[in-house]
Amino acid sequence: MIELLRSVLVAPFADMAGNLTFLTEVLFGGVAAGLMYSLVALGFVLIFKASGVFNFAQGVMVLFSALTLVGLMEKGVPVPIALALTLLAMVALAFVIERVVLRPLVNQEPIILFMATIGLNFFLEGFGEMAWGANVKKLDVGIPDTSFIVHGVQVNRLELTAALTAAVLVGILAVFFQRTKIGRALRAVADDHEAALSIGIPLKTIWVVVWSVAGLVALVAGIMWGAKSGVQFSLSLIALKSLPVLILGGFTSVPGAIAGGLIIGVGEKLGEVYWGPLVGGAIENWFAYVLALAFLLLRPQGLFGERIIERV
Amino acid sequence: MKRVRVPMIGLLALAVVLGPLTGAVSAQSPGIFIPLLVYRTGPYAPSGIPIANGFVDYFTLLNERDGGVNGVKLVWEECETQYDTKQGVECYERLKGKSPVLVNPYSTGITYQLIPKAPVDKVVVFSMGYGMTAAADGRWFPWVFSFPTTYWSQASAVIRYMGQQEGGLEKLKGKKIVHIFHNSPYGKEANPTLEELARKYGFELTLLAVDHPGQEQKATWLQVRRLNPDWIFMSGWGVMNQVAVKEAVVTGIKMDHFIGNWWSANDSDVVPAGEGAKGYKGATFHAPGTNFKTFQEIVKNVYDKGKGAGKKEEMGAPLYNRGIVNAMLAAEAIRTAMGKYGNKVLTSEQVRWGFENLNLTEARLDQMGMKGFTHPIKVTCEDHEGNGPVLIQQWDGKKWSIVSEWLAPMRDVVRPKLEASAVEEGKKLNYTQRDCAKEK
Amino acid sequence: MIYRETGQFKSSYASDQAIFPIVQDRVLVLLGIAAAFVVPPLVANEYWLQAVLIPLLIYALAAIGLNLLTGYAGQVSLGTGGFMAVGAYSAFKFATSFPWLNIIVVFLLSGLIAAAVGLVFGVPSLRIKGFYLAVATLAAQFFLVWLFNKVPWFVNYASSGTITAPTRTLLGVMVTGPQASAEARYLVALGLVAVFALVAKNLVRGRVGRSWMAIRDRDIAAEIIGVRPMRTKLLAFGISSFYCGVAGAEFVFLYLGSAETLAFDINLSFLVLFMVIIGGLGSVLGSFLGAGFIVLVPIFLTNAPHLIGLPLPVALQKQIELMVFGALIIFFLIVEPNGLARLWQIAKEKLRLWPFPH
Repeated sequence: MIELLRSVLVAPFADMAGNLTFLTEVLFGGVAAGLMYSLVALGFVLIFKASGVFNFAQGVMVLFSALTLVGLMEKGVPVPIALALTLLAMVALAFVIERVVLRPLVNQEPIILFMATIGLNFFLEGFGEMAWGANVKKLDVGIPDTSFIVHGVQVNRLELTAALTAAVLVGILAVFFQRTKIGRALRAVADDHEAALSIGIPLKTIWVVVWSVAGLVALVAGIMWGAKSGVQFSLSLIALKSLPVLILGGFTSVPGAIAGGLIIGVGEKLGEVYWGPLVGGAIENWFAYVLALAFLLLRPQGLFGERIIERV
Repeated sequence: MKRVRVPMIGLLALAVVLGPLTGAVSAQSPGIFIPLLVYRTGPYAPSGIPIANGFVDYFTLLNERDGGVNGVKLVWEECETQYDTKQGVECYERLKGKSPVLVNPYSTGITYQLIPKAPVDKVVVFSMGYGMTAAADGRWFPWVFSFPTTYWSQASAVIRYMGQQEGGLEKLKGKKIVHIFHNSPYGKEANPTLEELARKYGFELTLLAVDHPGQEQKATWLQVRRLNPDWIFMSGWGVMNQVAVKEAVVTGIKMDHFIGNWWSANDSDVVPAGEGAKGYKGATFHAPGTNFKTFQEIVKNVYDKGKGAGKKEEMGAPLYNRGIVNAMLAAEAIRTAMGKYGNKVLTSEQVRWGFENLNLTEARLDQMGMKGFTHPIKVTCEDHEGNGPVLIQQWDGKKWSIVSEWLAPMRDVVRPKLEASAVEEGKKLNYTQRDCAKEK
Repeated sequence: MIYRETGQFKSSYASDQAIFPIVQDRVLVLLGIAAAFVVPPLVANEYWLQAVLIPLLIYALAAIGLNLLTGYAGQVSLGTGGFMAVGAYSAFKFATSFPWLNIIVVFLLSGLIAAAVGLVFGVPSLRIKGFYLAVATLAAQFFLVWLFNKVPWFVNYASSGTITAPTRTLLGVMVTGPQASAEARYLVALGLVAVFALVAKNLVRGRVGRSWMAIRDRDIAAEIIGVRPMRTKLLAFGISSFYCGVAGAEFVFLYLGSAETLAFDINLSFLVLFMVIIGGLGSVLGSFLGAGFIVLVPIFLTNAPHLIGLPLPVALQKQIELMVFGALIIFFLIVEPNGLARLWQIAKEKLRLWPFPH
């Protein structure tokens, strides 16, 4: 019994202290992975914040944008033009979604809208694959995926770039939400659809804008993840990895997505590397959820989520 | 919207009624029917497409060039499973009505579904180098064939290769070997064999599981980096392969000491990692590339006639060639059966006999234009695995090439375990061991 | 004309509170159940039974279970696959450890185990709500599947890492294992789902169901009028998991025959949730309709090109199938956000007035 407690409570920490360079690497790996999750989680947050929709199709939007980008590049379109065209496609998608899915379902229960995005998910899965094929495609946007060593710590250039990109993106989005007119309108819509409509905020435009921005975020996430594994169907599955980030940070908070990403990333890496071997490894997936759950029990609305004040 | 509602109910009811009805059997064209369970869409499509194309191209070649096997046409129908067990079962049940003689499940999950059904439905399950290892004992599983080799044999052959590279198996003592595996029954297959070999040869084995789907493997590769192993063996699948190869490159692993199993070494697995993947190795039981006469025949009889399943340039990828080998072995088994029962549309029992008495010789391979493409094989009633040897191939940045001679599996280690496991699995299904001396 | 309740007087509370107060409904449902027991085993071929009807019934049972939790008690759960896995693996352990145990008892026992596990994972629901809870239940999903994959005891140390349904008989007829006929397995699945649907229907009409709905509609208000949230929510998790557990056991024993943990992955959880939402939240009938939609429509779409003689490459066909399926989901939600059960109800209302709608 004492042995067991020791191996769970003492040995991993001794291990950490014994090899600080390695610990730094684990921490850095966790931060990098966490920010990659944040990139995906951001898309969820944006849409949830502005329309109260839990967008199940965010993962597929990541896939779809990356597929479109790579597909265009394979056709010989230069990178900047391909990027612009892909963005255009995502905006067009936002228009279509607003017109076909959201407008007829305005003011429905959240779970119904959630289900509608699942329909969207199926549709985009089929459409993306039909348009661009199911093969793994190499994505090369000029970020070298190599590493360099600083004081014995291995740092990956791609991960570094992704981390910086995520930080910049969050900065821009924060300013967009807090300081611009349209950002304020977005927040108003998030609070109450009908009230926002009644004071003259054009709901349709707002939704198109926010889904377009989510499309942009999906594209960035798609590029980063696509550079890691090649662009392929499995990209849509990363949505599952970003869900714990989402609940930890709160559905409605942009900084929360980043903070959540960092906590989940670092937490799951530490768990997997130091405690995983005790139970045979591969605990990352559920460990992230349990970690998020533990935080939720303390703060049911997530770290930065809006406090729900309930009245009867 | 109100007006739409009632017609919608009608439409729905129609779909509900028609749905299963359409699954009913349609008219059967004469020939030997082989259902092809394929996955050309979904997360595993990058692996599924080349296999399916290889399969179809070889069958088309036989039909176009020879009018089938010995003049009896082969008829097949593809069914999309998305590598999903439930869809696979649906496919199998649907195509069962067309009296298939054999089925290639191409998924461990689907294989497990079909093994118990095989003797009941009388369909040969041909799981070539995958599926249930224990089923290679033909005394317990007469309807299941897994030649030319199994995961356990493969693991032992890979260890043999590592030993050769170190200058003898005894040199493995004290070496560190890591097995990175997909955390599923498939991925874990090799573990018991590796553990036993670790005891026998004294190497230090570390098992690292990667959870499905395996998009994020930072933690695993940090552990690898800390261990700094001499050799890495990987049983990966799907996106896990691409990410693992890429992480290995970034982590600075010596790529020529990193060996994937035969589901982890296709073109699609190394392409995303680009230049860095150079040197990565993989196990296989057939050669990559198109340098064989059969391929010219396929180009001439299939692609030049516009009947190719894929693109001509995609021929020669390891998984495409695996489809070819699979189709060839199936066709040769049918040919063997025809040697006894005559050139006609055979029953599944007759085809089963053909599988069990398949003796693919070097001369026959040469005759088919496949000399050196794969190894001769002899199946017996006891041995449905054929104990086929394994090759190691290496990626040079553009293509795979073979870098080893044929490596024999360690049958003395694998076979006793396999037979013990066959007893266990056979009993689960209420099977009894048949006496092979009585079979003829 | 036919469907009219004129002249049916209710002279007692009991008749007013019957599950189907209208005679025609009662007759229709009884006829439907009788037909379900008699017709398919006689006319359906093995493909129908094995690949369509058996999974449909099992999914329907799981969907009823989730509907009790999500539709009636308002707690969204994505852990269904995990709870079904608990049912399946405990049924396997029970059946192999106690071979003399009746197979129905095995199913019920494994349901109880699943219920116990469900209670544990239901605890966070006391503090967490809505989509937060949905995502939190994924912790159960991932952890349970990982556990069954990891610990070899659950699969009796089989080298294959899969569980296989042993052969068991019921009333002298083989109902599980590879030799069991599809008809027998179908009848067992149908019997179980019929009984459990009836139980569910009665549950939701009674005190328990009403307290669930009170919690769903406004939990604070419910608490004020004396519904104890903890007991009610946990009860919902327990009973729902019981249903899912039985469905999971059937999934392996009556449908797949053998399974690895991958069969219970997150996609299964989503699939059952789709059924509940498409069918109609808070409706037992809807669970059946939803299961029917999710099982039958893809099969129909797969086979439709064959039917009209249009040979498409399988990949293209699958992609089109996905697109149409997705579009259909959106379309149905727009037409009737409250699910297929609501459509059915509207049809019934219309039928009641027909042919004089005004």
